[in-house]
Amino acid sequence: MAATTPNWLRRSGTALGCVLILAWCLLPVVWIISLSFKSQIAITNGSPGFFPASGDFAGWANYRDVWDNDQFRRAIFNSIGISLIATLLSVAIATLAAYAIARLEFRGKKLVLSMALAFAMFPVVSLVGPLFDMWRTIGLYDSWPGLIIPYMSFTLPLAIWTLSAFFREIPWEMEQAAQVDGATSWQAFRRVIVPLAAPGVFTAAILTFFFAWNDFVFGISLTSTENARPIPASLSFFVGSDPFNRPASLLAAGAVISTIPIIVIVLLFQRKIVAGLTSGAVKG
Amino acid sequence: MNAHATATRSQARPAVSDRSRAEARLGRRLVAPAIVLMLLVTAFPMLRALYLSLFSYSLTAPDDREFVGLENYIVALTDPLLWRDTAITVFYMVVTVAFELVIGFVFALVMHRVIFARGVIRTSILIPYGIITVVSGFAWQFAFTAQNGFVNQWLPFVGADFNWFGEQTPAVIAICVSEIWKTTPFMSLLLLAGLAQVSEDMIEAAKVDGASWWQRMTRVILPNMRAAIMVAVLFRALDAYRIFDNIFVMTNGAVNTESISFLTYRQTIEQFQLGIGSALSVLLFLSVLLIAVVIVKLFRVDLAQARQEG
Repeated sequence: MAATTPNWLRRSGTALGCVLILAWCLLPVVWIISLSFKSQIAITNGSPGFFPASGDFAGWANYRDVWDNDQFRRAIFNSIGISLIATLLSVAIATLAAYAIARLEFRGKKLVLSMALAFAMFPVVSLVGPLFDMWRTIGLYDSWPGLIIPYMSFTLPLAIWTLSAFFREIPWEMEQAAQVDGATSWQAFRRVIVPLAAPGVFTAAILTFFFAWNDFVFGISLTSTENARPIPASLSFFVGSDPFNRPASLLAAGAVISTIPIIVIVLLFQRKIVAGLTSGAVKG
Repeated sequence: MNAHATATRSQARPAVSDRSRAEARLGRRLVAPAIVLMLLVTAFPMLRALYLSLFSYSLTAPDDREFVGLENYIVALTDPLLWRDTAITVFYMVVTVAFELVIGFVFALVMHRVIFARGVIRTSILIPYGIITVVSGFAWQFAFTAQNGFVNQWLPFVGADFNWFGEQTPAVIAICVSEIWKTTPFMSLLLLAGLAQVSEDMIEAAKVDGASWWQRMTRVILPNMRAAIMVAVLFRALDAYRIFDNIFVMTNGAVNTESISFLTYRQTIEQFQLGIGSALSVLLFLSVLLIAVVIVKLFRVDLAQARQEG
């Protein structure tokens, strides 16, 4: 292609780049998996090195121990439930708003988009104090809705931006055709746009789920027991018997389990996620 | 949209105003739930923080709440702790965003050229993005510890028993590594999308005119990616300024690694000092706003242009 650089050099440069990217992305993941197979005794005595030394290999023991821990199992359950409900509700509300922004003419449209953007920039920690106080007063503290509501509100801006970007690409004439055939605005929305918009909605749902699954500040501030404590908070509070020497391999096993849903989603939907991430922020 | 409006207008005038009025009503109804929820859970608590910041209010003695005016702000702003934490937070922000921008751009260039194995690269780049920040923090913290980690073994210039979390500089480096590892992929995807928008014809024309690789990069590609780069920097800088999770997991704020978010959290949630904590919340909010304004003004970020709305 290039006149100045020989082809083989460019190609090997790209190949080297690929290897670098793969190493960057996967090395820490391989590390935490490797750590999760070191035996707990080896961790207490000190077992430096990337892979477990011979004799330090624990097999599935750490995974079994973590899974037998009630608090951990409960946290996984909380995280899945809370994240799924928050995702469903947030995407439903965002879909309505994004449809209006992309397709309807009304005053204050620009304001809604800028408001969403402004809210996306709010520092979470700033809100956690007042929310903590409010939730305790109205009894939402340490409950599922107490986390679902802030997750919804915080994922709405991202979902609205991503969805309105997707909706702008949908063939507009289809809806017009339906309206010419006598459908109302609402019918045109439900029958024509919803099926066309489903892929975009799905992408927004994945991004929303990632946010909820990843959240830490709300998780540690608005819960106090395993009633609602999600997995990141639970991992960070898991100290084990010796507070000065955290059970690294046990924590690593927990961390790996908490990453499995993310990896499954990424493997299944990588193309959609990339489209969603970039359309919301760059292309619009 | 305009074509649609004019087409109907030419057919029947009164029906148009009815229809557009109905459309506006539907539009407002559809955005209402989202707006109400965001106002209730974001704007209202922020106003509440503003209100509470004027009181001496501790949850350990809620009945002793009393109005103190701006005293909380004076206490916070005259405390060197606030300035030390602000300085370190700005440091985190500048260092992580700078590294992410450079590494992310290299990644984007590579991904732009890759023809084979795109799916594999894309999948692996999404894993750090999707992984829980707390998990990333743990992975790197354990990697850096002398007892069970591998970093001391691999790095030739540190001793096998070097304690990364014993003093400020190495601890801050460890935190930055975890932060940069996790967010560089996101940055590279944003930059890749920007790179894809630079017209191939323009690059080809520059090549024909004899521009070197470096000239094409600095004169053609980078200027045309300006909008994408600025949006990526704005988003990441605001995110980086709020750094919390990695610090909580890796050092818990020890050895002067505490960020401004961490200080606020410690005051409100751990020590129940809602009065002074709310004042810190307001200051944190104002500083995020200030950074946003500075970046937008300084680099003339045009979000509408970035979204290609002209």
